[in-house]
Amino acid sequence: MKRLGTLAGLLFLFSIPLWLGNFYLLHVLIITGIFIIAAMSLNLLLGYTGQLSLGHAAFFGIGAYVSSLASLGFAVHLLPDWLVTLDPQPVWLGMACAIVITGLCGFAIGKVAFKVRGAYFVIVTISFAEVVRLVALNWDELTQGPMALNNIPPLSVVIPGLVDITFVGKPANYYLVLVFAILTYAIIARLVRSRAGRAMIALKENEALAASVGIDVTKYLVLAAVVSAAAAGAAGALYAHYVRIVDPNVFLFIYTVTMVIMVVAGGKGTLAGPVVGGVIFGLLPEGLRSLAIAPEVQWIVYGVLMILVVYLLPQGIVPALRAYRQRSRSLEPQDAPGANASARQAMP
Amino acid sequence: MRGASARVALAVEGLSIRFGGLTAVESMSFDVKEGEVVSLIGPNGAGKTSAFNAITGYLPAADGEITYRGKRLNGLKANRIAELGVVRTFQKTSVFAGQTVLDNILIGLHLRSRQYPIAIILRFPFVAREERELAEEAHEILRFVGIDAHASELASALPYGELRLLEVAIALAAKPTLLLLDEPVSGMNPTETANFMKTLARIRERDITVLLVEHDMKIVMGVSDRVVCLNQGRIIAEGAPAHIQRDAEVIRAYLGERYARAQD
Ligand SMILES: Nc1ncnc2c1ncn2[C@@H]1O[C@H](COP(=O)(O)OP(=O)(O)O)[C@@H](O)[C@H]1O
Ligand SMILES: [Mg+2]
Repeated sequence: MKRLGTLAGLLFLFSIPLWLGNFYLLHVLIITGIFIIAAMSLNLLLGYTGQLSLGHAAFFGIGAYVSSLASLGFAVHLLPDWLVTLDPQPVWLGMACAIVITGLCGFAIGKVAFKVRGAYFVIVTISFAEVVRLVALNWDELTQGPMALNNIPPLSVVIPGLVDITFVGKPANYYLVLVFAILTYAIIARLVRSRAGRAMIALKENEALAASVGIDVTKYLVLAAVVSAAAAGAAGALYAHYVRIVDPNVFLFIYTVTMVIMVVAGGKGTLAGPVVGGVIFGLLPEGLRSLAIAPEVQWIVYGVLMILVVYLLPQGIVPALRAYRQRSRSLEPQDAPGANASARQAMP
Repeated sequence: MRGASARVALAVEGLSIRFGGLTAVESMSFDVKEGEVVSLIGPNGAGKTSAFNAITGYLPAADGEITYRGKRLNGLKANRIAELGVVRTFQKTSVFAGQTVLDNILIGLHLRSRQYPIAIILRFPFVAREERELAEEAHEILRFVGIDAHASELASALPYGELRLLEVAIALAAKPTLLLLDEPVSGMNPTETANFMKTLARIRERDITVLLVEHDMKIVMGVSDRVVCLNQGRIIAEGAPAHIQRDAEVIRAYLGERYARAQD
């Protein structure tokens, strides 16, 4: 039954470009999808290990820059007489580099978090994002600074005689993002339902107790940070090769805040939370715009809605829906064994 | 196993613990032999919990040596000490409150599981098999302490007595060979306490060595092979329960005259 629902949902998602004639809406869906990937990655850290990364846009931006630079090539002087050059690489290789390098950044941040937790971790991640932004802004030779990297090539996958796809245009990019989003979701879902995920949850819930049963909390925090950063980096790379221009604004704090809002409003620590939050807060601005409301009013509505969600549903939308469903179910007359089963199902 | 010839499992030698200028434990030395139940008693603030914390890696020892089965524990992280089979519970109730009772045990079974990230992500067949085995084992542990009926409830929803049993169940899931229990029955009613004594008896049948901190003298005298009495960070007496009960120093510092008279 649940399988069937998932299958129907996926079929629906895959069918959208077939009947949605409006390319602008498709563009909004692509951008929303990219943000949902980033929000899912943030949720792994925030929702499962309980560590708030307020520099998450850094991983997104690094992914965008690394993949762009690798596919554009570059020539930089690391020392006055030491020139490092890279010829343009295939885009898929650039994206792979982006994922690996952001994963390594996540590793470093995770290791730092070994020493600092809570508020200090938040500060470390904010500083990290700010440093990276300043580098992108000021290292003109590499990044063109505020001039932005232009003419970033789209992803093309070529296997001689078999496949030859170039991901230009809305439908192709929609499918690309959808596949990446499903992969990210599946990887995170498998992780959190396993020994590794339980260790992360244990760290969030009670670190001292977790250590007492032999959980190396640092190791699992680092694992979460690596996977989280790599997924955010993949999202950034997708973004770069879709919009095909990247400037230092990708590191802006507001993007991290957007991801946090999606996760918190949807329900942190649930798999569906960032997806639901991402859909709502990704599509909302467009919905408001289509109602022809003035931009200032749009932002006010956005803000009020956000406050309402957090105020009325402090756990987020998904946990609130679950609690509601469980309550209405327990009001129905039921046979005894069902009671336990429904309680179990309610868990993420 | 209880004989004098049994091998030493835990050896604490000259242990001192300081908090700034305050010395919580002062050159404490005692042994726990394989299969024994040893109780650590003493008034509040005597340093019992601090000693537990030092043994299990939650506090650094200012001085002294702690060894378990010949391996030095000083300086090891808490999770490494747990890997060596030394597992503790906490005086202040400590569970994974937002998880179900079953998930609490599954977390506790961490060391029993062999899954690694790549196998999990690629869903190697052994992962699913292991998950089924772990769930099976978790229920078995819950049955052992008698709270399997609560398996799918949130830990935070448990009544107090069951909550304390859950803490012990989590520790048991980590497969201890030495179990340290810090005031496990504090706050339990007499029936729950009596049940806990039976559970403790079955724990030792599993060849688990136990170091117990407890104020309930019925339990201490009922289950212990030996008792170590601590006062103001120093050991003031050590011996068989019957001997400790009559020790003048112990009566003066901890048990009180009324307790001593009631025993006669
Ligand atoms: N974290 C700490 N910081 C400072 N002093 C502490 C700390 N933990 C315990 N103490 C002090 O150490 C002494 C021993 O405490 P504790 O080990 O908890 O005793 P017990 O468990 O025997 O009641 C007490 O005086 C207590 O106030
Ligand atoms: Mg204590």
